[in-house]
Amino acid sequence: MPSTTGHDTRPVMGAAVLSVRGLSKTFPGVHALDGVDFTAHAGEVHALIGENGAGKSTLIKVLTGVYRPDPAATPGTGVITYDGSEVEFTTPLAAQHAGISTIYQEVNLVPLMSVARNLFLGREPRGRLGLIDFRRMHREAEQALRDLGVRVDVRRPLRELGVGAQQMVALARAVAVDARVVIMDEPTSSLEPREVATLFGVIRMLRARGVAVIYVSHRLDELYEVCDTVTVLRDGTSVHSGPIAELDRLRLVSLMLGREVGDVRDEGLTNFSGNHDTEAQPILEAQELTVHHQLRGVSLAIRPGEVVGLGGLLGSGRSETAKAIAGALPPDSGRVVVAGAAVRTGSTPAAIRAGVSLLPEDRKAEGIVPGLSVRENIALAALPGLSRFGLVDEARIDRVVDTFMKRLRIKASGPHQRVGELSGGNQQKVLLARWLAMNPKVLLLDEPTRGIDVGAKAEVQKLIDELADDGLGVLLISSDVEELIEGSDRVVVLKDGAVVEELTGDAVTEDRLLRAIAAAPATTADPRTRGGDDD
Amino acid sequence: MTIDTPSPVRPVDKVTEGEPLGASRSERLSAFAQQHGALVTLVLAVLAAWLSFDTFMTVDNTQNMAVSSAFLAVVALGMTFVIITGGIDLSVGSLFALGGVLAAWGSQYGTAVALLLPLAVCGLIGFVNGLLIARSRLAPFIVTLAAMLGARGILLAVTDEGSKTYLVDKDSFFATLGQGKVLGIGAPVWITVGLFVAGAVVLRRSRFGQYVYAVGGNEDAAALMGAPVARTKTAVYTLSGLCAGLAGALNAAWLVSGVTILGSGMELEAISAVVIGGTLLSGGFGFISGSLVGVLLLKVIQNVINQIGSLDSAYQQVVSGGFLAVVVIAQTWLGRRRRVL
Repeated sequence: MPSTTGHDTRPVMGAAVLSVRGLSKTFPGVHALDGVDFTAHAGEVHALIGENGAGKSTLIKVLTGVYRPDPAATPGTGVITYDGSEVEFTTPLAAQHAGISTIYQEVNLVPLMSVARNLFLGREPRGRLGLIDFRRMHREAEQALRDLGVRVDVRRPLRELGVGAQQMVALARAVAVDARVVIMDEPTSSLEPREVATLFGVIRMLRARGVAVIYVSHRLDELYEVCDTVTVLRDGTSVHSGPIAELDRLRLVSLMLGREVGDVRDEGLTNFSGNHDTEAQPILEAQELTVHHQLRGVSLAIRPGEVVGLGGLLGSGRSETAKAIAGALPPDSGRVVVAGAAVRTGSTPAAIRAGVSLLPEDRKAEGIVPGLSVRENIALAALPGLSRFGLVDEARIDRVVDTFMKRLRIKASGPHQRVGELSGGNQQKVLLARWLAMNPKVLLLDEPTRGIDVGAKAEVQKLIDELADDGLGVLLISSDVEELIEGSDRVVVLKDGAVVEELTGDAVTEDRLLRAIAAAPATTADPRTRGGDDD
Repeated sequence: MTIDTPSPVRPVDKVTEGEPLGASRSERLSAFAQQHGALVTLVLAVLAAWLSFDTFMTVDNTQNMAVSSAFLAVVALGMTFVIITGGIDLSVGSLFALGGVLAAWGSQYGTAVALLLPLAVCGLIGFVNGLLIARSRLAPFIVTLAAMLGARGILLAVTDEGSKTYLVDKDSFFATLGQGKVLGIGAPVWITVGLFVAGAVVLRRSRFGQYVYAVGGNEDAAALMGAPVARTKTAVYTLSGLCAGLAGALNAAWLVSGVTILGSGMELEAISAVVIGGTLLSGGFGFISGSLVGVLLLKVIQNVINQIGSLDSAYQQVVSGGFLAVVVIAQTWLGRRRRVL
């Protein structure tokens, strides 16, 4: 039995059920987890929070047998202790049999199978000859779901249910087994307020039963409402662990983002220069963009030559806003106006024609084609404009590619080097070049400097500055608070899919940003809609 | 399972109704067409053939059709399990021929050997297919294609390049499994019906059957829910091998000899029958009875083309192919309407 982590002395809690100490997990080239300490006690609801890339998902996957932890460097570390003894879960099934249930962020059920079959897969009630007793199964499934406030025909395929109801089926499945630990990975991201209330009821019931609940969410309100303790992860390590009541919101946000409030800094740590002209007419206006569960009435304006920062926590709707503007996420309502003309929403070609280019967050999955050359990658989007009668004008492409390789200082052996061989920073520049070749009016940059080294970061920051100086409107999304503050002329702060504050001029400070993010919800807030950045 | 603690869960006054997303009228119609379209088509085809040809509904002709359907049906039975898991088995045609030759050779040592030898060999090949697909994560298409070529090779080896034909003693009990009749209906037909009933029970009512659907419906989710994905996949390919071997053995008993040239293209016929029967090639959805209907439909079409007589039998394949194309297109269309695909 390991000693508990120490900073937790509340008497109500039971013994440590599941804990890790000095846990690390490396993927090729990435330290996803680097010496994490984490302990979940019986009868507590333990919040696990952190920004994108902090390692929450990896930790959960290690705890549930999806990933194996790295072998320990020193004895006694890097192991999972469950119920007093060291364990090694080799499969999710092994973890489940041991009593660890998980509800994943994406509903992980089989849509074509009936609700009851999903609920009981692997533990169907069986009668004579080992055959499944469907009558009993349907009755029990119906009862279990009714307890959670869901009334459905359990014989119908699961896919006919709404996402919220599907999530409740997953919940019913998780609590049905006699779990000692229930892990919930952003369970509320697709629930209606009423369903959230039911979920919290179930969580409290589990706690009363002595189950350890590990709760992952980005919604601060939820954390304070339902959790007892909190562990904050940042960059793969646990930076804080303790009762959540002892931590105010501002402090929590500071821990997550790794920034101290009131920590005065000199300007000039990043490579951004000063402010840009912010008097002109907006080149782009987003008006009341609404996407069910993700955005509610987001409005913002970008003027030519201006860098507008988009601040907020993971899941606040930053990426969704950019995607909605760029046509990659069809909004339920709202308008996008570029240079005075409305752009058809939900269509990337329409947005690109209007002069809006999005540099996506995940450049590997959504951007570069690693097998193609620098030249081909740059020319990809601009091809229609660079060809005549369906034939590509090679000479013009060469000129365009040459121009941008010079201007963006892309370091490659030549235009024909494969992009996959370049460094992260140079890959990012190639992507930038691709969109600049389209002569955009507005650039939407989603985490443009994530995962690239310090030198390249400074280069990209300088480029963003130059582009704004050249009259482009830039929307900058960054989890790096410093980068956001220094790079932006204005910062629009999002929370739960809505704009909560807009910082201009002298108000663009880290302090103000953190306070805006941490602010308690306004009374008018409609909790129905909230963001859902992927982790 | 019940949640019966004096529960802090507030009594829920409003409930979430799960209905509104699915089950519109057109969706229900699409679902019906997908599940029973093959049966309706079969009935219509039989009626049309009956009215058109005096020779169609004769005792001889129907018995012939039934028995010749039986062998393909047994192969299609195993194939149904494979396809529901989202896989495919191209080796069954070769295993069918191999099973027949092994059974004919083994029949000289008695019925038990004649049945168990092909089951053991074909089952083992299916098992290896399954292991390679499930554990080594190789593509089912490639693995079973290799098995298809390999099994043909074994076949040629045991028959001296196909020059040797093993005969089954006409008076043996093994031969009556193919030739005998009960209540005027051929023994292979009875055996097939029995296997289908058993197969349907396993698929619908056993835990293994649930895993088969879950693996095909969403493999990742099935794994996260704790379904034994690899074991399930291994089992369905083993089952498919067993079915193909048994079908070959029964066919050898019927023909009273092991014929090496049989079974080529049979894998595609079996796949066609399963798909025509309403099972989704993408996995996760399907049923045993549909595959039986699919087999019968293919055989009736073949028979009708034979009845016309003037039509070259090569056109059988053109018609079967065209029919399959129509079914797959219709299925995809219906599936999209139902938002399954």
